[in-house]
Amino acid sequence: MKYYSTALFLVFSIFCELYAQNNKMVLVEGGVYLPLYGAEGKTVKVAPFLMDALPVTNADYLKFVQENPKWKKSNVKSLFADKSYLAKWTDDTTFTGLKDAPVNNVSWFAAKNYCECQGKRLPTIDEWEYAAMADENVPDARKIKTYNQYILNWYETPKTFNKPVGSTFKNYWGIYDLHGLVWEWTQDFNAVLISGESRKDVDKDANLFCGSAAIGASDLMNYAAFMRFAFRGSMKARYSSQNLGFRCAKDIEN
Amino acid sequence: MKLKYLFIAAALVAISCNNSAKDSEVNSDSTTEQTTDNAISDMSIYNLPSHWTTQDGNEIELKDLKGKVLAMVMIYTSCQAACPRLVADMRNIEKQIPEDKKDDVQYVFVSIDPKTDTPERLTAFAKENQMEKDKWLFLRGTEADTREFAAVLAVNYKKISPMDFSHSNIISVFNQGGELAHQQEGLGVDNKETVQAIIDLAK
Repeated sequence: MKYYSTALFLVFSIFCELYAQNNKMVLVEGGVYLPLYGAEGKTVKVAPFLMDALPVTNADYLKFVQENPKWKKSNVKSLFADKSYLAKWTDDTTFTGLKDAPVNNVSWFAAKNYCECQGKRLPTIDEWEYAAMADENVPDARKIKTYNQYILNWYETPKTFNKPVGSTFKNYWGIYDLHGLVWEWTQDFNAVLISGESRKDVDKDANLFCGSAAIGASDLMNYAAFMRFAFRGSMKARYSSQNLGFRCAKDIEN
Repeated sequence: MKLKYLFIAAALVAISCNNSAKDSEVNSDSTTEQTTDNAISDMSIYNLPSHWTTQDGNEIELKDLKGKVLAMVMIYTSCQAACPRLVADMRNIEKQIPEDKKDDVQYVFVSIDPKTDTPERLTAFAKENQMEKDKWLFLRGTEADTREFAAVLAVNYKKISPMDFSHSNIISVFNQGGELAHQQEGLGVDNKETVQAIIDLAK
């Protein structure tokens, strides 16, 4: 019995280590914030949730496709991923770049399924934006000039997806790399109602979108966030991009 | 404290193992199905595993619709602005399909407000709009499945108040194998191409 429990302990410790390494989740306390888009001038309440401290890495994703062969590059259905899915992988089980660099070129369907297989889910736009307002010291740094400048500088820096996860700052909640390596999928990315077509429709897409009058940028000064929303609005669920990775989130169990 | 983490870790492992086991089961199921049944293509919406409830309270999967041409639109029944026009557009399209092809087309309305749009509510909506025949199908799913289905249709939507959603106005036409064949964007637009797409596909 004693041996058994020791063995069990060892097995668990190994798993624990594996999981602790890449799947550490941190608590983001809830609160209210004023999002860039949405109901006019209305704050949104974000309930407390757990979020991965790090983005999903190449190594994590390799493990996932090995356990779930339908998501291998050669097996994936084109309904769920376009041709650029895992574009830089040389075959089904060989990625290029660092093993602890964030995985990129994954579709929304793939990211969503990855999280579900871990008993998690993708964060919502509101959760992601809420967590990403924080700098090292405060939960909402959006009014701090240097913070916005940092994000915009990153947007201008090429190929940051090659850097290892955890190489940017640890924010107020204990989360790394929300700004600095890759942009990230969110569960409801398709709740963004701006599109490429909006340029050709003079009347603000009134024809394409019901209730579009209620939509407008509530904080245009936050140009960095505007870029993220515009990017989300331009994506489709089967698209993938080398600047786009993901991490998972989870409800808090009572 | 340490023990607690171990248990969490163990639970996580158990969950992920369970999931992958379930996944591979589903996977092998669908492959056998594909070999025995008519194969569906990689781009078919019948690859989606989601379950839906109809206005009559029946549980269906999308692949139960296989074999018919589908005209699909996402709406919510409490909508005051665009949805009545989308419903009118669907009716208008249906009118233009020749008699001998009418039976091959299924018109599907998917609710983006599953909390409000219960089967009862959908039935009432169908009745109000005189859409009680079998060719008019109203579906309600979970919020996650609805979000996923919208992603497939490239329909964007967002709740903007307890009563209202902003949403794209897109009518999508699928062929008998569930592949997207045509999309019409906007309200009250000329539906000539949509009608033609359906006529071309229907037997």
